[in-house]
Amino acid sequence: MSQTHHDPAQVVKQRRDAALRALVEGVPYAQFLGIAFDRRGDELTAQLNFNDNLIGNPFLPAIHGGVTAAFLEVTSIITLSWSFLWPAIEAGEVDPDLMAKGELPRLPKTIDFTVDYLRSGRPRDAYARATVSRSGRRYASVRVEAWQDHREKLFAQAAGHFLMPQQPAKD
Amino acid sequence: MIEKAKVARQFIEAIPHAKALGMRLTEIGEGVAVIELPYDTRLIGDPKTGVIHGGAVSAVMDTCCGAAVMSHKSAPGGTATIDLRIDYMRAATPGQTITTTATCYHITRNVAFVRATAVDENTDIPVATASGSFTVETRF
Repeated sequence: MSQTHHDPAQVVKQRRDAALRALVEGVPYAQFLGIAFDRRGDELTAQLNFNDNLIGNPFLPAIHGGVTAAFLEVTSIITLSWSFLWPAIEAGEVDPDLMAKGELPRLPKTIDFTVDYLRSGRPRDAYARATVSRSGRRYASVRVEAWQDHREKLFAQAAGHFLMPQQPAKD
Repeated sequence: MIEKAKVARQFIEAIPHAKALGMRLTEIGEGVAVIELPYDTRLIGDPKTGVIHGGAVSAVMDTCCGAAVMSHKSAPGGTATIDLRIDYMRAATPGQTITTTATCYHITRNVAFVRATAVDENTDIPVATASGSFTVETRF
């Protein structure tokens, strides 16, 4: 183990993490809700950091259903975006350093989104993971699950369709 | 029924997240609710265009549907979302207020059915439509 040389793999990891952070921090609404992402290779986990502004029913109290929907939608869009950005970064087509400097790609647009509320969201942090079921040139289908204390005990799940960002014609 | 609308209004206006988003309840009663969401840069989803995030539209739709349920004459108390589907027709125009109208068109002892529409200043083509089912609670 040399301490004097940079580990190239570590540098690559830092650049990719910076690109992901730029992608997430580039969405003001994700910041407003307090959503952050954790990366293990190409797998992303979203975290909704609880704060009192996310409460929908102060009597229970419970997280607002709209917050849950928004959290699942943000998780879907970022995961779907990362699913095409990750290979593009790997192939050298997208420069993660430019992304970190604010040159962000176009994001997919939601066509429809359906949320199942399985139990009320407790006033604490929540987590979500999305799966891209199918991603084509124009459309993508994404499923997403959210939980709090137990990974198996989902409090909400959703499925949605997205319009993929159209690549401008190359000149 | 004025009493029911008043209770529903108080309930909606006490929701911390509704306040955080800047929602305004402009009409409520007889199973119909109207909620406005003024444009706010904190709610932007696409920084390139300044368009509001779909999630913020979902949050207003959900609140508006819940308000419509609570204002229905057959609703004894509060409500919670069972499922909600949103279809996005077009991007909301940046800078414009989004107005959502929800109607609770059927209610049983256990389930309320709701439809909602969101528009901006262009009221001809909706920004989004929603349909959902909600629980019927005896308490708040």
